[in-house]
Amino acid sequence: MLKLKKLVKTYRTGDQALKAIDLEIPAGQVLALIGPSGAGKSTMIRCINRLVEPTSGEVWLAERELTHLGSGALRRARREMGMIFQEYALVERLSVMENVLSGRLGYVGFWRSFLRRYPQSDVDEAFRLLDRVGLVHMADKRADELSGGQRQRVGICRALIQNPKILLVDEPTASLDPKTSRQIMRLICELCAERGLAAIINIHDVALAQRFVQRVVGLRAGAIEFDGPPEGLTPDVLTTIYGEEDWEATIEKAEDEDEIEAAE
Amino acid sequence: MPVLTTDKGAVWRRRTTGQSLFHWFIWLVGIAIFVVCWQQISEATTWFFVWDAPRIAGDIWSRATPPKWDYIAQLGRPIWDTLNIATLGTIIALFMAIPVAFLAARNTTPSKLFIRPIALFIIVATRSINSLIWALLLIAIIGPGVFAGVIAISIRSVGFCAKLLYEAIEEIQESQVEAITATGASRWQVMAYGIVPQVLPALAGIAVFRWDINIRESTVLGLVGAGGIGLQLSASLNVLAWPQVSLILLVILAAVVLGEWVSAKVRAAII
Repeated sequence: MLKLKKLVKTYRTGDQALKAIDLEIPAGQVLALIGPSGAGKSTMIRCINRLVEPTSGEVWLAERELTHLGSGALRRARREMGMIFQEYALVERLSVMENVLSGRLGYVGFWRSFLRRYPQSDVDEAFRLLDRVGLVHMADKRADELSGGQRQRVGICRALIQNPKILLVDEPTASLDPKTSRQIMRLICELCAERGLAAIINIHDVALAQRFVQRVVGLRAGAIEFDGPPEGLTPDVLTTIYGEEDWEATIEKAEDEDEIEAAE
Repeated sequence: MPVLTTDKGAVWRRRTTGQSLFHWFIWLVGIAIFVVCWQQISEATTWFFVWDAPRIAGDIWSRATPPKWDYIAQLGRPIWDTLNIATLGTIIALFMAIPVAFLAARNTTPSKLFIRPIALFIIVATRSINSLIWALLLIAIIGPGVFAGVIAISIRSVGFCAKLLYEAIEEIQESQVEAITATGASRWQVMAYGIVPQVLPALAGIAVFRWDINIRESTVLGLVGAGGIGLQLSASLNVLAWPQVSLILLVILAAVVLGEWVSAKVRAAII
């Protein structure tokens, strides 16, 4: 479904953020991308929808190659990729509803969007999504009145209303507390399962990643160091990705949480 | 390196000896320049007039008080003109400043190499000429009257508004813009959804701030014939009608206080 071929990104400063990444994600697979800060996780997902221009290599979404698209075709391609951000990246001074509907901007003309005259079907879908994430009563609130978890739910709605084929998720839980983090991760994974969506989730929290995803890719200094199921993340593997550290606790924590979950 | 290693251990000082000497030297030069300038000005001043100043000021004060209150009937129209010059001038200035600001901001300009310098030049050029001088020029071009005043105020304000606005545009959160771009929105949609909501409070603040300044500036435009209360002021000054002058100054003060109050209220409402 999504295929990266020899994707390279070299910043103008000479930093090589991505070194010839090859990666293939089948439809409906949720993949966690882990790795230390500066490993190129953010750069990688931004190279897919070209918020960052890749230096070389190819990105294939379904049957289309994205790196050579002109601006109009790129906009149409971006509609098929929903993005969720670390600090939510909601437009703070707009209402929750406007933020959700902004996910339809790629489908609606300028004046319709400027005058907020979205098609009724879009508005209906926005209400359905807000209801699904439990925020329908907040539709008229301004985005900056919401708590972190609520904002991220709005961010999820904005990505889903695009009706995307894939979700690009950049550190969805980095600014949330542990409980909310788990709720958000669960919500993203559930929604992906419901809609058969593929997703790439950048995440710092290894234990959280292990709990929710089917496949983990470990990035280090712009190269893939690990690609496999979450059970494959042994202390040795984590050491190659992150460097020397006592990893037993991290892995045990994940297992403990599973037991607690089961007990509940 | 303010950290010095001595045999008693590491010592920290704010400056090294060299830096301290340099500082003293700079201060010395500054004070010397001040003293020399003072001396030159002193030589060029007729001190007799300066010593005389309190007496003259007292004399003018006694002539100017009490203000000629019934003159106020003739001031309603001019002060209304003055407020209109300020308000219309500010509105027209904003219409011109907004596009200039978007062209000048690093993150929205279509071309950093060609268009941005032009926009920056417009900002500098309009800011560098005082509104009185603009008014003089415009009176020569379009004749005396309120219209010349409005245009003078608006041209003078373009640079100010555009400069503050483009700085606000450059300080927006890029992540919100990125998020809107990622939905597949067009350039104009990104502008309307990602950028405009973020700079709207700044724009409103700039508008009332400039309006406030323009009330002050437009009170003097009449001195050169560009309409408003300045016309009365210059006429009264010319015939040494001090009681009228003092009343006009009181009216100007009232208008400025009103402007200040309104802009403070508006700014409080935005934030």
